[in-house]
Amino acid sequence: MTQTIDTKTVKHVAHLVRLGISEEEAQKFSGQFSSIIDYFNMLNEVDTSNVPPASDIANAENVLREDVVQPSMSHEEFIKNAPQSERGYVKVPTVLGDE
Amino acid sequence: MELTQLSIREAHELLTSKQISSVELTQAMLNRIHDVDKKVKSYVTVTDELALEQARKADERIAKGENVTPLTGIPFSMKDCISTRNVRTTCSSKILENYVPQYNATVTNKLADAGAVLVGKTNMDEFGMGSSTENSGLFTTRNPWDLDRVPGGSSGGSAAAMSAGLATFTIGEDTGGSVRQPASFCNVTGIKPTYGRVSRYGLIALASSFDGIGPLARDAYDCATVLEAIAGHDPYDSTTYQSPVPNYTANINKPVKGMKLGIPKEYFVAGMEAGVESSIQEAIRQFEKLGMEIHEVSLPHTKYGLPVYYLLLFAEASANLARMDGTRFGLSVSDGAKDVIDIYLKTRHEGFGDEVKRRIMLGAYALSAGYYDAYYLKAQKVRTLLRRDFETAFASVDLLLAPVSPTTAFKIGEKTSDPLEMYLSDIYTVSTNPAGVPALAVPCGFSNNMPVGMQLIGKHLDEQTLFQVAHAYQQATDWHKQLPPL
Repeated sequence: MTQTIDTKTVKHVAHLVRLGISEEEAQKFSGQFSSIIDYFNMLNEVDTSNVPPASDIANAENVLREDVVQPSMSHEEFIKNAPQSERGYVKVPTVLGDE
Repeated sequence: MELTQLSIREAHELLTSKQISSVELTQAMLNRIHDVDKKVKSYVTVTDELALEQARKADERIAKGENVTPLTGIPFSMKDCISTRNVRTTCSSKILENYVPQYNATVTNKLADAGAVLVGKTNMDEFGMGSSTENSGLFTTRNPWDLDRVPGGSSGGSAAAMSAGLATFTIGEDTGGSVRQPASFCNVTGIKPTYGRVSRYGLIALASSFDGIGPLARDAYDCATVLEAIAGHDPYDSTTYQSPVPNYTANINKPVKGMKLGIPKEYFVAGMEAGVESSIQEAIRQFEKLGMEIHEVSLPHTKYGLPVYYLLLFAEASANLARMDGTRFGLSVSDGAKDVIDIYLKTRHEGFGDEVKRRIMLGAYALSAGYYDAYYLKAQKVRTLLRRDFETAFASVDLLLAPVSPTTAFKIGEKTSDPLEMYLSDIYTVSTNPAGVPALAVPCGFSNNMPVGMQLIGKHLDEQTLFQVAHAYQQATDWHKQLPPL
């Protein structure tokens, strides 16, 4: 089965991952995605009707610990990488817009 | 005596017998980096000051004879996806080009505690996405054996630095071959340990269920020494094994006679370079000479390893990279942004390279409504079959041998125009990560003057057998001792 991923779909997934994308990029990626997904479709050959999905690698145990207060990074240190901050908070523009 | 080409144990011997100091060794390494790395371009950041300070402390430890480990005073480098407090950690991405972590990865702490000396951070494909370092957002590293060829990837900077004598050992990270393939391309020994053997705390995640930190070094013995120091349970990584870390080096000389070595027939198919195949066959004969039993085995789902690996990697990466959003750390493009979403869109558009963009979009695609069952879930089911393949094989043999890559290092630019072609170069390494099993890459010959590597694949947590078998091989051969004509 050959599957084409059109530019509309490319723009849709770009938005899902919050990635700005130009028209030229959408066109370039559309062609590349189609050939990659087409290759991946070989998985359809495999009968997995009675096969459970893998959910862990090897080490499926709950790991618990006592909830003990320990020293941690200072607030100041913690936000020092933030591009913009004010009064100890990370600062960003409007989150809830008109949409 | 060339200080920069010493093995860990040679350097340790000279340090503890006071024939050299760590400051001398470290300074020699830094000098060589500043000289040779202009050509190789393996380092993103060289930490001269920190290194000399750590070297002085190591010398004090050695002088007092207190708390001296096999790594005390030994210069090493680290792939630039592993967090180092107050040392820039870029993942070779524009989005993290000026990012300076406030904390150390567990591996960084363990090596500092052991007294090892960090000389720098090495180049990689951006966020580990690639097989050549050509996807680095900063620059492309060159293969010390032929500067027109790639060093492999994604830990290409680590492998090239090791090969060029720019570190006594180096720490890489392997999500689908990213330690083994560059090790093979550059003629060094490197291991992807069992998933969960080494803490991932402080590793900037690519695919969290595959990622494995592992050393590259001059030989299997040195890899064992480093793994002993960095492995083990970590309260900050709940997927790490509680079981104690074996003393690999103490048992490395045990005989390999009578061990059963499996050769998976699916790895020997059309498309392998003739010189690679003949080197691998020669290695198999060498293991026969060492008294091992050779058995053909089958891993029937091998051909599906590549789509399983990439689909799951895309999905996990798309989630992991969501944190690169331009608001809390790293690049932030906010000019003219009308709201916070706009910052995300602009920052990620500008900060990510094409391969990162491709992978996170394809990941979102595989996870999105209508495609989840066909891609993500299907891949997780076939992943179960891949794991069962290894379990079945390991019921009858002790370890497996396969080539690392179907070819030797390719030319810079050769595969950059077709992403799928680049993915296919990982065909022999990707299956081990979805299964979580350990694999050790070992130099085993040359094809047209470029290094060839084999990988020894083991049972979960059985790194011991891999080290033992590789050590026996390296006692009998000298491929790993060949140095590039730099």
